[in-house]
This record gives sequence, structure tokens and C-alpha cells, in this order.
Amino acid sequence: MNIGLHEYLMTSALLFALGFFGVLFRKNTLVIYMCLELMLIASTLALVAFSRFNGTLDGNVFVFFILTIAAAEVAVGLAIIVALFRKRHTVQVEELNHLKN
Amino acid sequence: MAHHLLFYTLSFLTIACAVLVVVSKNTVNAAMFLLLGLVGVAGLFVMLDAALLAFVLLLVYAGAVVALFLFIIMLLDTTPGSMKPFKTSTIVASAIGAALLMLGFVSLRERAVLPAAAPGGLVNVTLKAYAEQLFTTYLLPVQIVGFMLLIAMLGVIVLSKKLHTPEDAS
Repeated sequence: MNIGLHEYLMTSALLFALGFFGVLFRKNTLVIYMCLELMLIASTLALVAFSRFNGTLDGNVFVFFILTIAAAEVAVGLAIIVALFRKRHTVQVEELNHLKN
Repeated sequence: MAHHLLFYTLSFLTIACAVLVVVSKNTVNAAMFLLLGLVGVAGLFVMLDAALLAFVLLLVYAGAVVALFLFIIMLLDTTPGSMKPFKTSTIVASAIGAALLMLGFVSLRERAVLPAAAPGGLVNVTLKAYAEQLFTTYLLPVQIVGFMLLIAMLGVIVLSKKLHTPEDAS
């Protein structure tokens, strides 16, 4: 049995699921951001695998765009976290409920 | 056989590191495990004939993103967070998520008609082929992404400026 598309897709799905559960379960904003990154990486892995097994280059080119977007997103998100920390002195999501009342 | 061993080692490394990112109490440890997991994904990319993407992944993520994360962790100096008991909505959401994931696995295993490996892999995975795609078919997206990077840079500058609110003045 050869390593096929199935195995890569399973790895990608597991990685995405772990990122998803991390976003649900963790309370630290920084760790939530890392889990978001895990989900992005999982999607890029699926794209590269599909691209390889279909014999085209389009998926790989899309991964370039995803990497660019991810870098920009991390920069903006961490700037938001730093601004939030300066204002509220916490990065725990359950304490960031100022808009609630 | 070596191919099998390499694939299972790399995917196990990646999944184990992802688990450790989710469960580790210390934020610095989580960032380090993220870094190790990214190395595993880069190895999988190499196995998929995308060595250039593996290189870019390591450069962008390991070089920039994880370093930025560590820098911010150092700057914020947060205490290791405790795991609070979960709310009912969280449990329901995770149960639904797990059920959907199992459904996806089962349907992928049972019903999916997937293409077999292209014989001999991709014919053309050189840097020149990427450049040709990026500057012909995907020229407009490249321009838009460049513009978006500019906007992100401006946004970060505005966000990290000291804001003068009325509370601070009083």
C-alpha cells in the first residue's frame, strides 16, 4: 500500500481539529492565536496534497497567498493583544468582557 | 518502505506537537511545540514535492511568526493560565465538532473518489514555474496581497501608538 491522498488528508483533518479544540478550550489569547495558526497550517497541508495528487501547481500558489495572509494576520492580531494588555492588563478571554454590560 | 516510515514519523511528530500546543500550560512551551510541529509540516511538504514551500514555511513561520509570538510573550509576561471548568456551551460545541469530524473521516474513508498519485509527481515544480503562475494567472491576487500587507503595516503602526483617551487625560 502506498501513501496516498487519504493519509495526508487525515493528518490535515486531525491537525485542523486539534487547532479547533484548542480555540474552544484555551483561555489565553496567545494560545488561541497559536491554535488559529495550526488550523491555517492544516489547510495549507490539504492544499499542497491535493495539488500534488492532481498534478497541478495552483494549490501550491494558493499556499503562498495563505502564508502571506497568515503573516499579516499574526502581526495585526499580536498588535491588538498588546494594545488590549496595555488597557486591561490581562490576556485571559474570560476577563475581556467589557462590552457585555 | 522508507517512504512509509518517513511519512508516519513526520505526521506523528506534527500531531503530537499540535496536542502539546493545545495542552501545555506554559505559553513559551506552546510556542516551542508549534515550532517543532511546523518543522514536521515542512517535512510533509518536502514529501509532497513542494520543497520551495517547505522553505518558505520555515522562513515565514519559524523565522517571523514564532519569533514574534515569543517576543510578545516576553513583553506581556503572563502567568501560566489555569484550566477553568468548561461551560455547557463549550462542551456542546466540542461534542458537535467531534461528531462532525468523525462524520468527515467516515465519509472520506467510505465514499471519497480521490485521484491516485500523478505518475512521477509534478512535472514542473521549479521556482520558474511558480513565478510564471504568480505573474500571469495570479497577477491581480499578488497585487491585492501586496496592498493588504501595506494596510496591515499601517494598522499595526496605528494600533501600537499610544492612544490618548479622555480617561488618561483626567
